[in-house]
Amino acid sequence: MLYRHCRTEAEKGHHVRNQTVKAGVLVAGALLLAACGTNKTESGAGGGNQSCDQSKGTLVIGVIAPQSGGLSALGLGIKNSAQLAADQANEKCAVKGYKLAVQTEDDQATAQVGAQAATRLSSNANVVGVVGTLNSSVAQSVQPILKGKNIVQISPANTNPSLTRGKDYGTAPKRDFETYFRVCATDDLQGPFAAKYLVGKAGKKSIAIITDGKTYGEGLAAEFKKQAEKDGAKIVASAKVGEKDTDFAGVIATIKGSNPDAIYYGGEYPQAGPLSKQAKDAGLAVPVMGGDGIYDQKFIDLGGKEGDLATSVGAPTDTLPSAKAFIDAYKAKGFKDDFSAYGAFSYDATNAIIGSLAKAIEGGDWSDSKRADLIKNVQSYSAQGATGEIKFDEYGDSTNKLLTVYKVSGGKWVADETGTFGG
Amino acid sequence: MATLLQQLINGLVLGGLIALIALGYTMVYGIIQLINFAHGEVFMVGGFASLATYSYVLPDGLKSDWWFALPLMAIGGALVAVILAVIMERFAYRPLRNAPRLAPLITALGVSVILKEAVRLWYPGATAPVPFPRVFVNKTFTFEVFDGSITIGSTAILMIVVSIVGAIILQTYITRSRMGRAMRATAQDPDTARLMGVNPNRTIVLTFVIGAALAGIAGVLYGIQITNVDTEVGFLYGIFAFTAAVLGGVGSIKGAVIGGFAIGLVKTLSGQYLPGGTQYDLVWIFVILIAVLVFRPQGLFGEPERVRA
Repeated sequence: MLYRHCRTEAEKGHHVRNQTVKAGVLVAGALLLAACGTNKTESGAGGGNQSCDQSKGTLVIGVIAPQSGGLSALGLGIKNSAQLAADQANEKCAVKGYKLAVQTEDDQATAQVGAQAATRLSSNANVVGVVGTLNSSVAQSVQPILKGKNIVQISPANTNPSLTRGKDYGTAPKRDFETYFRVCATDDLQGPFAAKYLVGKAGKKSIAIITDGKTYGEGLAAEFKKQAEKDGAKIVASAKVGEKDTDFAGVIATIKGSNPDAIYYGGEYPQAGPLSKQAKDAGLAVPVMGGDGIYDQKFIDLGGKEGDLATSVGAPTDTLPSAKAFIDAYKAKGFKDDFSAYGAFSYDATNAIIGSLAKAIEGGDWSDSKRADLIKNVQSYSAQGATGEIKFDEYGDSTNKLLTVYKVSGGKWVADETGTFGG
Repeated sequence: MATLLQQLINGLVLGGLIALIALGYTMVYGIIQLINFAHGEVFMVGGFASLATYSYVLPDGLKSDWWFALPLMAIGGALVAVILAVIMERFAYRPLRNAPRLAPLITALGVSVILKEAVRLWYPGATAPVPFPRVFVNKTFTFEVFDGSITIGSTAILMIVVSIVGAIILQTYITRSRMGRAMRATAQDPDTARLMGVNPNRTIVLTFVIGAALAGIAGVLYGIQITNVDTEVGFLYGIFAFTAAVLGGVGSIKGAVIGGFAIGLVKTLSGQYLPGGTQYDLVWIFVILIAVLVFRPQGLFGEPERVRA
């Protein structure tokens, strides 16, 4: 007994030292990984034109969008397009005396991380404006933080109407955030537009609605449901899935009993794709329709099938001549990631900030007092962008209310119908 | 009626997957009283490793021959999972074998974070769900039942079959073979086992190896069933498997399998019939976990933990 005890003691001594070494190695490894995986990327606008006067310093346009996680395809497109706009502005010397840089913060599509990102950007006095966010749920926590510092915010992708018109947006619209604008159409138009297509043109009368419980999905599905029922369709089943769910067999079995002839999904492509595929596997081979959240090539890669539909904001990027200029410039820059659904919007949003900034400074200096002027200039901004006319109404919404229905055909999204929702 | 049957089938499929992962949890706990929280990530790595085998190792001409590709992917996934488990055991857990129980537990959490982030950062495209090819016969079988129809896919059948067969093989191995006897001896009393000539280190490594191999195979099966792999699934299915192992009784193989199927059925049936629907199905699983820990901590088939004098 004693002998065993002594041995263990000595072994323990060895173990403690080995332990410390190994713990040290592990900690060092962890720090290395942490360093490799920073979620903030700062990129100065490259290739500043040397003949430009950039003596007064650098002004920063912040970007808040998911750079990691399931929606990173969309967020990276937003970041790259903002970078493209800033680079072009630097080459043209758009803002006299200053160089423009883009600082991207990863919000991981989570409201809490988005709030941290907004706080970080707002503490930098050189941040003139923010392009973001992607998710409406994140915007809800970012808006008050940026408003507190009077930093203008233009979203390329938020579609929930309550962000600009308050929670009673249908009956008593009220603008809560004068600093917040967006360049895309809203769900109170997108939902009914989808309903008119699915019920009217595609003739589906028994529709099952599945949502992911988030602000965007719930809002969009609610708007869709209102119009679909008005047009004579019946919502035969309603279900919710968790945000991180990958296995939808349970949900599909739940709605299968009601025999829907179409599924409307309020949510994003990382789940919509597998949902579509699993529905087909389970014997429910009906078209899945969603909003701009599923309009991405990844939806098809992850399981979207022929005949699935999506609506998205704006006209198809390749139809406008100004859009073609954007696409060519984007390709020429050689970004690793596609500009995806919101690249053109992000480009227009960044240009709106840059144009308004140039007017506000007008050869003078940037200071905190110019923020109010900047916001005023954004409000009155009017230009032709890659997505069409860029102009804001009294709530900060875009006057460009174009929407497009896309259909999966031959493994790609193909535009089917463009229009607006009349009301 | 048809919906009930369909949800039962869905539950068994999910349960089979959970059972395969739970076996690893239960075996490791049985032998060194460690809850290996990193085991869920081993499952996830197995899934990614099999995808890597498909993408980088498998020659293009053979990609559609599932009877060759699938076993190769399973071997690839299991192999990487096993190597990972051996490294984990040797460097993270063995040095802490005589330390207070909290230390290896925290280490396990740390290892799980390292694994998840390593895959997320270094596997190309892993920051988002990565598509996984369905390397198996792609058939669905539909049966007309009572008032509706039930559908079962070929991958679902494979999942159930593999998990049950795997559990039976494992049980046979543990009860009949010499190494199995050594494992049971080490689980019962490591010091006496050592006196009987059992090499404890080798036995423990073997336990990790078997657990990881099963998790790796589970990873492949998950991949061909859901057709995508995501770095998030390790945590989620790890928690399910942990709950299943606790429900069945940690340390009992029969318990892990039955617990796994039970948890799968709870998830699908609660999603269908209990208020709140599919959004609250996870809630019921954890309610069961808490209930088991409060009222019968040894689970269905486990032995109450005796404090040794």
